[in-house]
Amino acid sequence: MRFNDAVLGAIVAAFGIYVIVEAGTFPGLPGQTYGPAFFPTIIGTVLGLCGTLLVVKGVATAERRPLVVWGEWVSSPRHIVNFVLVPVLLIAYILFSKAVGFILISAAILVILIRRFGGGWKAAVATSVLATFVIHTMFYKVLHVPLPWGVLAPVAW
Amino acid sequence: MDIVVQLLSTVFSPVVGKAFFVIFQYEVLFVMVAAGAFGLFVGATPGLTATMATALLIPVTFFMDPVPAIAAIVACEAMAIFAGDIPGALIRIPGTPASAAYVDEAHAMTRKGLAETALGTNLVCSVLGGLFGTVVLVSMAPSLAEFALNFSSFEYFWLACLGLSCAAMLATDAPLKGLVSLFLGLFISTMGLGIIAGFPRFTFGVNELLGGVDFIAAMIGMFAISEILRYAAATMAAPRPPQQRIGSLFKGLGRILYKYKVNLLRSSMMGTVIGILPGAGGDIAAWVTFATSRKLSKEPEKWGTGHVEGLVDASASNNAALGGAWVPALVFGIPGDSVTAIAIGVLYMKGLTPGPTIFLHQPEQIYGVFIAFFLANLLLLPLGFAAIRASSQILRVPRHILMPVILVFCVVGAFAINNTVFGVTVMLVLGAIAYVMEENGYPIAPAILGIVLGPLLEDNFITSMIKADGHLLGFFERPISAALGVVTLIVWMIPLVLFVRSRSRPAAA
Repeated sequence: MRFNDAVLGAIVAAFGIYVIVEAGTFPGLPGQTYGPAFFPTIIGTVLGLCGTLLVVKGVATAERRPLVVWGEWVSSPRHIVNFVLVPVLLIAYILFSKAVGFILISAAILVILIRRFGGGWKAAVATSVLATFVIHTMFYKVLHVPLPWGVLAPVAW
Repeated sequence: MDIVVQLLSTVFSPVVGKAFFVIFQYEVLFVMVAAGAFGLFVGATPGLTATMATALLIPVTFFMDPVPAIAAIVACEAMAIFAGDIPGALIRIPGTPASAAYVDEAHAMTRKGLAETALGTNLVCSVLGGLFGTVVLVSMAPSLAEFALNFSSFEYFWLACLGLSCAAMLATDAPLKGLVSLFLGLFISTMGLGIIAGFPRFTFGVNELLGGVDFIAAMIGMFAISEILRYAAATMAAPRPPQQRIGSLFKGLGRILYKYKVNLLRSSMMGTVIGILPGAGGDIAAWVTFATSRKLSKEPEKWGTGHVEGLVDASASNNAALGGAWVPALVFGIPGDSVTAIAIGVLYMKGLTPGPTIFLHQPEQIYGVFIAFFLANLLLLPLGFAAIRASSQILRVPRHILMPVILVFCVVGAFAINNTVFGVTVMLVLGAIAYVMEENGYPIAPAILGIVLGPLLEDNFITSMIKADGHLLGFFERPISAALGVVTLIVWMIPLVLFVRSRSRPAAA
């Protein structure tokens, strides 16, 4: 996913302007010139300048470089699914881990991803069970991280 | 045990005895060996870097005391940098960027049937280079710290500026993109309740953001999640595991080391100095010393055919750079590369503010770190030996199993910091941003440095501005501050000069 410099430059510049505007709403400290807005304003200014320079640079090379080069994987449905699956599974974890529990979600993530990435069923299930058990024991038992039990709460060990 | 502590206390000083006691505990030694083995595995796996190894290690070290945590990071890093040489020699793919400089030469040796000699040289020179860097660190840091005690907010402001500027503009081939990455990191560091006035900034109304963006979650996202995304989109086939058997590693090694003793010393020194410089680390050290060695070689015709000379230089220098990088990190609290940035972040979290005052108030902690450095480099010899022996097994672990397991590990790591799934959200968002950045040639290290150093930079900047009453000349009134300021301004000018020259050259021709 390669963009022409102008595309990301425009995003950076717009973000810089947003930072400056947002910093303008921060209250100042009575009797002091340099408050919470001072540093962010500088950050926004530099981002704005860098973004603008990138746009200029990108426009100069626009003839040779298209706005977006998607890369080989976009023409392969298998890779698109794999690529999208990573954030989707993470979002699923964020939304459901408390209700469903770490063990089940982790096992599911592992089986799905290993199968999708080209592993066999046996390897997927074996790794999933083993890795989930090891990680759970290490963090829950040894390091006392309160990983959620979810639906497995009645049989928690 | 007590006798050793007493002996050390009388020979050196009570502090060294105490520090020895801090490190030589079963738990600490176990942690170092485990972290080292982990570093070897990650470093030897192509595509997984030393920085990623450190990032994955942090959630575990989070639960330890400061010195064991740092000892684990040091051991993991030293091993990972060496382990990058293993796939470089065997399958011509560097395990970490620090090994990239001499992959071709090492692989040429393997093709000649000299894989053992190449890997043995890599291992022993890594150990010797690492020990050299450690000696420099131990002898330089305390006296530098004494000097740094006189520093005021002006000096710290310039030091932070210099470190960040070098990382963003000199250590990358695209200064403009380095700057964007750096300021993105600085922006992230301003999120949450500000250090000035405690006003919530850029929290988008999200309560969890009041405490700021957690740097561990950010780092796991930027170094590990981005790598998993890249793997998921990769259409290339996996590299084939090596076929060759590994014989005796140390045969003929004594002769090589004796013959190239000058190279060894020269490159260890250069590596350490490059490590001390802000923004440059093991990978740059390896490129520079490899090129220098080739230029000064008495047998330049042998280079490219599987000649061991450059391996001596580069292996020693990239491990020497590690010790060097910790000099500014421990003395000033200004990290020079992403791994020391991570370590600095860990120290802050442990309530141990790096800087000259630790040398005064908690010297046994600092000496503990020094001892950990020596120990990590000595441990590299047996553990590295075992890793070379096990290399074909390590390289056979399939990626399609490894990557999903790393993903789950990341999730737990990001969760464990505050025990909320918000850490996972931060990790995902920054991982996606880092993926797009890397695909488009934006370096990641400046952003991490920005996140870690942002608060320090802002705090010292505001304090200095108030002291100088807004007059920028006040930043140049103290002699050291003026010198640092001038150097920083020169660093800012370099990309401009290069840009103007590259513009004028085609016109002149």
